[in-house]
Amino acid sequence: MKGCSNCPPGGCLRHCPNSTPEGRSAEDKKVLLVGNPNVGKSALFTRLTGVHAFSSNYPGTTVGFTEGTLRFEGTRYRLIDVPGAYTIEPTNEAEEVAKRIIEEGADIVVVTLDATALERNLNLALQVLAMGFPSIIALNMVDEARHEGINIDIETLEKELGIPVIGTVAVIGKGIKELISRLQEARPGISVPAEERWSRIGDIIRAVQTIEHRHHTIKDRIEDLSVHPGWGALLGVFAVVGSFMAVRFLGEGLIDYALDPIFDRVFMPFFEWLGPMLGGEGSFIFRTLIGTLFDGEIDPELSFGLLTTGLYVPLVMVLPYVAAFYTVLSFLEDVGYLPRFAVLFDAMLHRVGLHGFAIVPNLLGLGCNVPGIMATRILDSPRERFIASTLISVAIPCAGLQAMIIGALGDLGGHYVLAVYGTLLASWVILGRILHKLLPGYSPELIVEIPPYRMPSFRDIFLKLWFRIKGFLIEAIPLVLVGVFVANLLSASAFMGTISNFLSPLFRGLLGLPPETAGPILLGFLRKDIAVGMLLPMGLNPGQMVVAVVTLAMTFPCIATFIVLWRELGLKDMLRSVGIMLLAALTAGGVLNALFALAS
Amino acid sequence: MATMLCSLMNGQTAKIVELPQGMSGRRLEALGLRPGKTVTKVSGMPFCGPVTIILDGRQIAIGHGICCKVAVEPLAGRKSSR
Repeated sequence: MKGCSNCPPGGCLRHCPNSTPEGRSAEDKKVLLVGNPNVGKSALFTRLTGVHAFSSNYPGTTVGFTEGTLRFEGTRYRLIDVPGAYTIEPTNEAEEVAKRIIEEGADIVVVTLDATALERNLNLALQVLAMGFPSIIALNMVDEARHEGINIDIETLEKELGIPVIGTVAVIGKGIKELISRLQEARPGISVPAEERWSRIGDIIRAVQTIEHRHHTIKDRIEDLSVHPGWGALLGVFAVVGSFMAVRFLGEGLIDYALDPIFDRVFMPFFEWLGPMLGGEGSFIFRTLIGTLFDGEIDPELSFGLLTTGLYVPLVMVLPYVAAFYTVLSFLEDVGYLPRFAVLFDAMLHRVGLHGFAIVPNLLGLGCNVPGIMATRILDSPRERFIASTLISVAIPCAGLQAMIIGALGDLGGHYVLAVYGTLLASWVILGRILHKLLPGYSPELIVEIPPYRMPSFRDIFLKLWFRIKGFLIEAIPLVLVGVFVANLLSASAFMGTISNFLSPLFRGLLGLPPETAGPILLGFLRKDIAVGMLLPMGLNPGQMVVAVVTLAMTFPCIATFIVLWRELGLKDMLRSVGIMLLAALTAGGVLNALFALAS
Repeated sequence: MATMLCSLMNGQTAKIVELPQGMSGRRLEALGLRPGKTVTKVSGMPFCGPVTIILDGRQIAIGHGICCKVAVEPLAGRKSSR
């Protein structure tokens, strides 16, 4: 197809056969996908465009917007997956974004409705229709509604709203073809003044919806118990412990039985063969690619060559834990457990100025701080977003850092790993308390819809996992390689010595660390996992290692987090946040050092 | 006799009478909670944690502070709105 040459990268994967021979059509149509949170917009978007948009079973998965294209009968549609909004009279940042996108205008608006909660969904639908855009309704989750005994008369709904309505099940692709073929039929529907909206919705519901009485199912029972103080807490503990064990089991299994043996048997012999050809140990190329030898052997953790440590750390030590973490997280997300966490943790999070839903960005931060900080957009106020973003970048270790913490300290004893996690948790709580007390304002209350438990589609979990892993590989490997390269250059230059000398009083006096550790801690700015790797050959005792790792974890954010903090908070608040990080890191490191000194 | 949403017993059904003013009232309304609707309380978390209710077959968790500003009228005899 000639049209393909005009496709944007990643676009029109599914519908190229329909594209016109002359390629780009004069009629580019802008299509907005609008709807309440968690109604399946992202799943629909993925089905329509073939561009993968993240979807999960909780409100607020999409906080920015995703764009993709669809071609049908010579028309090119530019689709935008708008963040979920209950209303376009915004009550949070995500709804603010949604409102802005809608106000910019569109040729067609696809309003996605959740058939299991039609009444509430119609509120947004009528708001959008009142703006007069040509619209069409995707009535999603019709299967689930039928299963719950909710019957919706689609023809009558079309008449009531004055626009086409198509029943869909986005996760399995049902109704998508019909939706695409009827996009052209989109037209302006009824326009109801705001004050009459709810009464009109009442009329519509009476005309189109019948509900059969249904007995309590086991699922209802579990859903009720999940938010019960006793049983819910028990289930919560089970979920946390179970997740942690699953991550360790999967991560360690992958390392011990797959990646480590592969590296050992395939890569290492190759490096040993390659070494002499690079001019042997003394040459610059050898030092850069292979690194330093220990007793004449390559040590993939310590050698610090681009090919050895530069690949071993991200691919063998970190990747398995990243994969394991995201497998478990994706499962919890798609089942719909995360909002229940919000209920369990709400009272606790109020003590640090947040509300329960802030648990979601914090959990995402355990994978990578960047999506965690992005997800703070679901919180209500700039104050909450500042507190949550700061706490995430100070005290939530990302999967890469955690893998290295376990790798570096696990062998020395589990209690050292616990000391690091304990310090980070304590810092999170104490810093949260301080910020809550110092910052003007108050913590808003939780108001969150809790979706029903859903059986996750393993295809979707796998796809999401694949995209997250791909994201990790694309982002992490170049930075790790740069980190290793810079570390190598620095160790050969006098620059590191100057810095170490300059920071020596701080490091020796306050933290009890040899001044050389300043290098890794500063290079943590590139990536923290490789920085832990740099600490390994320094011969620190276990206590010093704990102090160094905690200081490294809490100081500067890594460069990716730094950029996203800047973007999300603005320059001034980002600088404040980084200042808080430095202070918190030195305090925590200093206190730990003092405690270790007392204990010995 | 009107009371507040937070003081309902677990499993008790009530009709919403009045929502709080301001942003939190607007958010509740956007979620479909408004005067005249019938809800059932599922549970309340300790230490002023959130209250979970069922509205039109869907669970909604609402912070304790707001719950104490939502006026409701308890309905006798109906245990569940599922």
